[in-house]
Amino acid sequence: MLEFPRWKVWLIAIVIAIGILLSIPSLIAGTPMASSWPKWLPQYRISLGLDLAGGSHLLLEADQRDALKQRLQAKEDEVSTELRRDPRIDVGDISTAGGRLSFLVRDPTQVDAAVERMRKLAQPLALTGNRDWDVQVVDSTRIVLTPTQDGTVRALKDAMGVARDVVRRRIDPGGTKEITVITEGGNRILVQVPGVEDPEALKKLIGQTARLEFKLVDLSANQADVQAGRAPPGSQVLPMADGSGFMAVKRRVMVSGDQLTDAQQSYDQDGRPDINIKFNTTGARRFARTTQENVGKPFAIILDDKILSAPNINEPILGGNAQISGNFTVQSAHDLAVSLASGKLPVKLNVIEERTVGPDLGKDSIHKGVIASVIAIGLVMIFMLVTYGRFGVYANIALIVNAFLILGIMAMFNATLTLPGIAGFILTIGAAVDANVLINERIREEIRRGRRLIDAVETGYHEAFRAIFDANVTHVISASIMAYFGSGPVRGFAVVLLIGVVTSVFTAVYFTRMLVALWIRRARPRALHI
Amino acid sequence: MKLLKLVPDHTNIDFMRWRNIALVLSLIATVASLAFTAYRGLNLGVDFVGGQLVRVTFTQPVDVEKLRVQVDSLHLGEASIQEFGGPKTFQIRLPKPEGGDAAANVATAKVRQLITSDYPGARIDSVDTVSGKVSGELAEDSAKAIVFAMVGIALYIWFRFEWQFGVGALLTLAHDIAMTLGFFAFTRLQVDLNVVAAFLTIVGYSLNDTVVIYDRIRENLRKYRKMGILSLINLSLNETLARTVVTSLTVLIALGVLMLIGPEVIFGLAIAIFLGVLIGTYSSIYISAPVLVWLGVQPDSFLKADDKEEEAEAQPA
Repeated sequence: MLEFPRWKVWLIAIVIAIGILLSIPSLIAGTPMASSWPKWLPQYRISLGLDLAGGSHLLLEADQRDALKQRLQAKEDEVSTELRRDPRIDVGDISTAGGRLSFLVRDPTQVDAAVERMRKLAQPLALTGNRDWDVQVVDSTRIVLTPTQDGTVRALKDAMGVARDVVRRRIDPGGTKEITVITEGGNRILVQVPGVEDPEALKKLIGQTARLEFKLVDLSANQADVQAGRAPPGSQVLPMADGSGFMAVKRRVMVSGDQLTDAQQSYDQDGRPDINIKFNTTGARRFARTTQENVGKPFAIILDDKILSAPNINEPILGGNAQISGNFTVQSAHDLAVSLASGKLPVKLNVIEERTVGPDLGKDSIHKGVIASVIAIGLVMIFMLVTYGRFGVYANIALIVNAFLILGIMAMFNATLTLPGIAGFILTIGAAVDANVLINERIREEIRRGRRLIDAVETGYHEAFRAIFDANVTHVISASIMAYFGSGPVRGFAVVLLIGVVTSVFTAVYFTRMLVALWIRRARPRALHI
Repeated sequence: MKLLKLVPDHTNIDFMRWRNIALVLSLIATVASLAFTAYRGLNLGVDFVGGQLVRVTFTQPVDVEKLRVQVDSLHLGEASIQEFGGPKTFQIRLPKPEGGDAAANVATAKVRQLITSDYPGARIDSVDTVSGKVSGELAEDSAKAIVFAMVGIALYIWFRFEWQFGVGALLTLAHDIAMTLGFFAFTRLQVDLNVVAAFLTIVGYSLNDTVVIYDRIRENLRKYRKMGILSLINLSLNETLARTVVTSLTVLIALGVLMLIGPEVIFGLAIAIFLGVLIGTYSSIYISAPVLVWLGVQPDSFLKADDKEEEAEAQPA
């Protein structure tokens, strides 16, 4: 018991000093003292959860049906482009019904060649040897492309990766904010943005697919047919964005938003907000060629399958710049510009969970949490002092050191403190003294049994440790399960409990034991007042 | 300085004398609690049934009825409006809208708009919107987590002690959880994710006392081989009584402070753990310990097989 080698004392002292040092930046964060904290000392900080800092937590789920539809459309474009290439194969009656792409080959002698080219388009999937599309011939001249299960799964996975990057660019075009955007469970994206003023705008910004397409207006279409939803072959009927009816446009895409390099909100000659877009080289070339060939005709600017406007091509547009007008406000034009510049979402995302906390409530929670913590620590310390005297003082020193260590370790791992985390902190304070209670009660008991002072202390620490260990393992089990299953704030609670369990065993057992040993060695007490 | 001793030095309370009465009472209380929970149902928060919860702080006290009429005029389903921590703060709860995720977002936007236009200066403190899908998953995960934690801890106790102790721990936990559930059903306090965290904490902490008492029983079983099991458990309970009282008090002091002056949002969490510690203290004495008697724990339970043989040899038949 009394043999407490000097190196052990130093080791414990160093651990504690490091813990305190690590916790200070978090404690002085936001106060004037923060700026005077020396740069050469550790700068780790505990981050505040959204429930304390204020902000929005959004869980987005991919609309899988939409993903498959978009994939089918992309395939249709790819196939038409491929078959128009030399040697050209004429096809007709292209259909995407039933989740499959099918078309008729007009010249029966070209069917085999067409199948061959379709097979080349289908990508083999790594290792499995399967392709992402099945190519079949039905009724001798109809070719049917069916997406395979593996291909669909991979396409969705790829789409989620792209969607995550797009969402990130939309929320934080400058890449400077501390936001979290991660994919979860295959078809979800978790977004956490601190300090959001208007979550509705945020949701709108994220939720917009922003698939921009330029298509020629089909002037040959009969207006009555169009309003009834029937389009001539090779065309499709789309609604106007302002709800003023429908319009027939060619299926073939002139240029799409994929070929943009930039989009910015600006104003037209009349001072109305519009969006200035800039195409990349391929896009600019295609745009120039199509406009040259179709001077005097209207083309439709289509966003997410709705026609924003259908201006006439007055002259060929050669510079690769274009303006998109529509009924925009400055805000909506700005948001659309951001969405366009960040790229289109390969899949529609729905908000399935939102949790937003205003910054004032967060501040209020921290304030109340800190006061409750201080009072709780104070009362527990008074109680320990009147119950155990000198040994209570040791337990109290351990308690304070424990509080610093918990904060220090949290800062080191950059853990997130949530509101339930504060509750976990207070609970840990109450429970951490349990180890000292166990030890001290055991010492009392051993003294009553007539053991000598040093012997009693020794036995107390030794015998109590078994129960302390087992009790703490049960906490570790429940806290680990909580950390595994829990979401955000609850996980924050579990993390504090876990850290608290480990640090409290260190402070309550090893640290107090050192204090007691040093005291006995120095003072050589004859009787123990406990 | 005279030190505080809440429990006198040499207590000799015959806890086990009332073990059958206590068992019957605990059993009735547990069954009643579960039946009541099943009958009345829990006041599940949006976390588990989906819907929306908007917390608003107004600049001055607001007439609840007027607010209710205004919210009802949005036709978003049956709204429940409650004061939350003060006369100026309210929580407006809306059911899960029909029409899926998009409809939920529209509903949030409408409430937001109503409040900002009709009550200038009002502060929207928080918005929680949970779709049916997510709430179903959260409920399932929570139930799983509680069951896994209970089983995990019981297995650990079995591993560290004997199977009887594992069963005792499991029954104790079941009792504590059932009683806490009953409390939530009775008070209609809202059960949200934080309360589940509290349940998991209870699973860990209510067993704290049980583990300490079991440890002492194990120690005494090795020490006093000839003592009858009832007196041995009584002795162990009395020896650990001071510690049980002091620790429960420190935890209750800390949680009481949190409950009374801590942030309102975690009141449910604080009160659940507070209650769990109280119930856990009782059940560690009157459930964990007597179970060992019924499951036939004997002083030789902790002897290794070869020790038993030795003993058998030492005592000629």
